[in-house]
Amino acid sequence: MVEMVMDRLFRKCPVTGLRVHQTSETLVKFNAVAAIVAFLVGVVAAFLLAMTRWQAVHLLPADWYYRMLTAHGLNMLIFFIIFFEMAILYFAGPILLGCRQPAPKTAWAAFGLMVVGAVLVDVMVFAGHADVLFTSYVPLRAHPLYYLGIILFAVGALIAVSLFFAALVVARREKTYEGSIPLVSFGGLAAAIIAVITLLHGAAIYVPTFLWSLGKMEVDPQVYRMVFWGLGHSSQQINVAAMVAVWYLMGGLTIGAVVVNEKISRWAFVLYVLFISMASAHHLLVDPGMGPSWKVWNTSYAMYLAVLASMMHGFTVPAGMEMGQRLRGFRKGKFEWLRRAPWSDPGFSGTWLSLVIFGFLGGITGVTQGTEQINIISHNTLRVPGHFHVTVVGGTALAFMALTYYVIPLIFRRKVAFWGLARWQPYLFAIGIVCMSMSMTFAGAFGVPRRHWDISFTNAPFGLEFPPAVDMMMAGLGLGGSLAVVGALAYIAIAVVSVFFGQRVDFDKLEPGMAGIPQGIIRLPAQAHSEEASAKAHEEGAPGTMVLVFVFLAVFILYYFTNWKLLSLVWKIG
Amino acid sequence: MSLHSGVVPPQGVWWKPAGRQERLWIQIAFAWCMVLFAMMPLWHLKGGQNPSGIRAKVVPTEFYERTREFVAEYQVGEVDGIPVVKPPPGADIYMIGKMWEWYPALILEEDTTYTLHLSALDVNHGFSLYPANVNFQVVPGYDYGLEITPNQPGEYRVVCNEFCGIGHHVMLGSITVESKGGAVSESTGGPNITTGAR
Repeated sequence: MVEMVMDRLFRKCPVTGLRVHQTSETLVKFNAVAAIVAFLVGVVAAFLLAMTRWQAVHLLPADWYYRMLTAHGLNMLIFFIIFFEMAILYFAGPILLGCRQPAPKTAWAAFGLMVVGAVLVDVMVFAGHADVLFTSYVPLRAHPLYYLGIILFAVGALIAVSLFFAALVVARREKTYEGSIPLVSFGGLAAAIIAVITLLHGAAIYVPTFLWSLGKMEVDPQVYRMVFWGLGHSSQQINVAAMVAVWYLMGGLTIGAVVVNEKISRWAFVLYVLFISMASAHHLLVDPGMGPSWKVWNTSYAMYLAVLASMMHGFTVPAGMEMGQRLRGFRKGKFEWLRRAPWSDPGFSGTWLSLVIFGFLGGITGVTQGTEQINIISHNTLRVPGHFHVTVVGGTALAFMALTYYVIPLIFRRKVAFWGLARWQPYLFAIGIVCMSMSMTFAGAFGVPRRHWDISFTNAPFGLEFPPAVDMMMAGLGLGGSLAVVGALAYIAIAVVSVFFGQRVDFDKLEPGMAGIPQGIIRLPAQAHSEEASAKAHEEGAPGTMVLVFVFLAVFILYYFTNWKLLSLVWKIG
Repeated sequence: MSLHSGVVPPQGVWWKPAGRQERLWIQIAFAWCMVLFAMMPLWHLKGGQNPSGIRAKVVPTEFYERTREFVAEYQVGEVDGIPVVKPPPGADIYMIGKMWEWYPALILEEDTTYTLHLSALDVNHGFSLYPANVNFQVVPGYDYGLEITPNQPGEYRVVCNEFCGIGHHVMLGSITVESKGGAVSESTGGPNITTGAR
């Protein structure tokens, strides 16, 4: 009897052998689709913004530029990413642990709240009632329903996150797995805890601001900035934790990446949880409200322990991939494992590009600009979006895209449509976003402001013309942005067509080289190895990764001290 | 301990010491993190650019009043309705961000230290000095007093780099730095800054 009920509620995944609860699977689908809808809105806005900041084109009028900027920030950073992360949590919890969804009705209520909140916000923004940008710094004022929409969305997300915790409890109590939870679930747990911290900051700032918009209380602009960034920056740390969890997941599925050491990887996630919400300070380094010791301590996440965590993952993720590949027989020299990786599998190429872009570009620029004094030469210039488009877009969004190519066959059980395009999509998107971000970073070094409609300053009381190099950078922004938009639209087309019109996958008839199915699904690499093979792999280690991490460190040191040098040349300030 | 991927629940005791390469990398990474941390206090001691300043809460209208008194005392001209002010060396000088202008325009002397007080009348603004690329957040209700020493004569512009509403992009202020002799050297003030109104 129990078995029969179980059969109805669960299916066994023919590839991974996981017991998949149907409700959780449906929740993954709905959250993923909502994420992609928000992503589409964000991408359209992105294109219009890139075409406006490219001064030679200067497409939108001023009011629509700021309106689209508001829509872009919210749909990308909040709606797309958080819907996608809810999908990941429904996967990393109930599905990976093989347990039931603890409270299906509550889960649907949470999803409903998030959708209502997101729609409310978008309606307010596009109707022109909330031209306050993503940050909505008080005393800029939006319509009260705008703040209410964000609150509803956040409450929904908070409920969904708590269902992830509930799934952990249910799985443990019903003994649906043996041993400890897998590393990917542990990473999901870290993301979920950071999400709670983040969403509580969100409540602490948006509820008072909602009341302020109704004229019922006062909100201090500096306090707003501090608490808002407890939400705004910490939510990026949910992304980091979720992205790293996806790196571990995709490494395993695509090339059988192993966990080099469970303790080290989990410690690194714990460090994220402990320190990462201090990064609110990154936005307040040249603010008048805080003193130097507060700034130094907080901006460094208590002596850079969260940076240490990222550097730990930055070793263990590629090292796990290298050891996995070596276990599969690619053992020649230092780099055969990398050369012979499945570069035409978008699940792998997207993951690897995400890792490299996030580490080399996003991480290095972030730590450098987040240095108290160096922030003087970067705050609110284009260097800032130049940085976060290679963390949250080139890093997180690209990792999520890579994951999508495995979610489509495994969860939706459809073939990936436009397979030829799909194999190029991660490269297109990565090249575009890197070109755009580097252009922004260089333009920002000249002092070009972010969030600015017209850097030719027509109608200003004084004249200012940036040097011609800046024009070139702004063109690079426009062209790189356009390429990234093409990559993003390709992703959306592939995902939507696969999900709604895709061919069903017949898991009994998988053949090597088949179109529409990534190689890791056609033949899943070994996920566990014998003691003997493991001992040998440990002995061989990851010599290629050692080279890569030291190259990384050299670039980091060079970029960091170059910035100190640049700072030393400006006016004396104290 | 047998190796497995990140989706496999580890069995038994997995709390094992890190391998040789992993340990080495973490030690180096930790040492680098300490360097990153040490640089900030070190720059406070030895470096010339720190965002510490003199920080105080202030009523925006009172700050505006203080700025107007400062303007009345030292005004030497006007551009497009914006007063141009030349304070004496070493003075406390004021600039307020309001929708959508920097008030007033300043004339300073090279290699002279002033205390620049920044604040906003209405919403957040961003003080961004071009071409020096020096950036500070300007928050209503807070007086940010920064000791500045212009190191090159020339024409400088103050871009607003915090979104402050629909007129944000016309909010451009001016600081002129005269060399000790009194003349502005056009060549060092950055490319293509036009002087005065256009």
